[in-house]
Amino acid sequence: MNYKIDNSHAAEKLAMRDAYAETMTELVKENPRIVYLEADLMNSIGMVKFAEEFPDNTINCGIQEANMIGTAAGMSAVGMIPFTHTFGCFATRRALDQIFLSGAYAKTNIRMLGSDPGVTAAFNGGTHMPFEDIGLLRGIPGITIIEPTDSVMLRDMVKQTAKMEGIFYIRLSRKNAIKVFEDGSTFDIGKAVSIKKGTDVTLIASGICVDESMKAAEILQEQNVNAAVLNVFTIKPIDREAIAAAAKNTGAVVTVENHNIHNGLGSAVAEVLAETTPVPMARVGIQDEFGEVGSVDYLKERFGLTAENIAKNALEVIGRK
Amino acid sequence: MYQNREPKEFAKEIRIRVLEALKNLGFGHIGGAMSAADVLAVLYGKAMNIEPANPGWEDRDYFVMSKGHAGPALYATLALSGYFPVDELKTINTNGTRLPSHCDRNKTPGVDMSTGALGQGMSTAIGIAHGNKMLKKDSYTYLLIGDGECDEGQIWEGALYAPQHKLSNLIAFVDYNKQQLDGYTKDILDLGDLSKKFIEFGWYTIEVDGHDTDAIYGAIQLAKAQNEKPGMIILNTEKGKGCTFAEGILYNHHMTFTKEQCEEAIESLKKGDQ
Repeated sequence: MNYKIDNSHAAEKLAMRDAYAETMTELVKENPRIVYLEADLMNSIGMVKFAEEFPDNTINCGIQEANMIGTAAGMSAVGMIPFTHTFGCFATRRALDQIFLSGAYAKTNIRMLGSDPGVTAAFNGGTHMPFEDIGLLRGIPGITIIEPTDSVMLRDMVKQTAKMEGIFYIRLSRKNAIKVFEDGSTFDIGKAVSIKKGTDVTLIASGICVDESMKAAEILQEQNVNAAVLNVFTIKPIDREAIAAAAKNTGAVVTVENHNIHNGLGSAVAEVLAETTPVPMARVGIQDEFGEVGSVDYLKERFGLTAENIAKNALEVIGRK
Repeated sequence: MYQNREPKEFAKEIRIRVLEALKNLGFGHIGGAMSAADVLAVLYGKAMNIEPANPGWEDRDYFVMSKGHAGPALYATLALSGYFPVDELKTINTNGTRLPSHCDRNKTPGVDMSTGALGQGMSTAIGIAHGNKMLKKDSYTYLLIGDGECDEGQIWEGALYAPQHKLSNLIAFVDYNKQQLDGYTKDILDLGDLSKKFIEFGWYTIEVDGHDTDAIYGAIQLAKAQNEKPGMIILNTEKGKGCTFAEGILYNHHMTFTKEQCEEAIESLKKGDQ
């Protein structure tokens, strides 16, 4: 792990999907066993150019998520290196049994991209807004769940998982992320990333909630509250040591996730705290509701994924110390 | 390499070994194991290019038992082929065994894919065949699905996919024994004319007597002779075939039985009554 933080809160120039396509292009040139399987969302994930350039490494399965995951599992059994993509809601809900049996139970190797997590599904609305994808997968033994923070981390994750064995779920927004890491930063899967040190409370976040947590820490600073920010981008296996250490150092924790508070990052952190370092905590996230149509900014307000709400929860938690 | 076993005798031996393995347990998926014995005997006795001493040989032909509950029939076939000692068959479904009810590629030498949730072997076999095609290997992938299993949507997802990608290195069989757990397929979810359906989906389809080993072998050769389409061989079978206490019984998917019943069935098979 070797990273530098960018505190500018500026949107990245390149969309996440374009960073994915660029990285896959680099990888396939190095290793012709890379194969990209898609369930008719090639245009959405920006892989049309890749498909044209590497037709032998591209399979558009049509709209059949279950068959796509099973096919990817079979391909990996003969040494291919499959990456699959569909929206996160379909990647998990429609193919859960295949991920379980043909994937994890059979010990095959698949890197599954689920795009448009949570509120980033925006105008596709509640039917397409996965607040439950992490929760569905967390109970599968051995699976790795990753939510990249920005395109710098996404590139690193795609490259690393191509060389690893197992079932990986990579949950990413397709659009431009807020830049959090300087170019060239690298990460260790399963290890939390310290974004900011602090003494009074730790904000633990993933995905689009990392930048909001950084902004929340700035709001809190104005009130002389020194908040730490920890980016737990690997939801499973979770970094127990880093979470326990953060709780010990600051005595209070707020988790922030673009997911139902049940069975996502907040639940995973709560489990670690209860078993190792019980401290007051709160979970900012979707309070067991379905999604709805709207802009990302509207939905962040609607579901409380804002710096202001995170700061409010942090003060409340500190009050319970 | 291709094995050289007489399929008719091999099939009889598979049935006997399944019964011997299950007789102490007193329960098991008898019906579908018996109906699948003949196709397994043809595949492992004659049709498949395999190396039992080297189950991980990369250029081998693959077999996916999508109706994973027929595991015991596959285990008897693999043991008799030399993948592991025949004596181990008696551990089927006992604590800590390498031979679980449903097929597990991480436990049993020679099992190419884990199966058990119906429909999934269709896709994994497709992935193996498609992967081998991309890797320009000459190997064939064989797949056995159940008729009840054809209720699953995933079968029809795969049925669309395999012809689209011209997977002529995939040869599938339906064990069309006309029965599923809760009764006759025609009463639960009528499959109608399965051959017609697969022909319409774009498969090279042949229908044969699933207990006629010569006919099964011949159909495999015909499927291999054409290079355009995936092969689908509909095996007209009887659930429980050859097992005196299971054949002709409605609820023979998973049964309980006595040692004596098993011994009678084994004797009957040995005498060649069945």
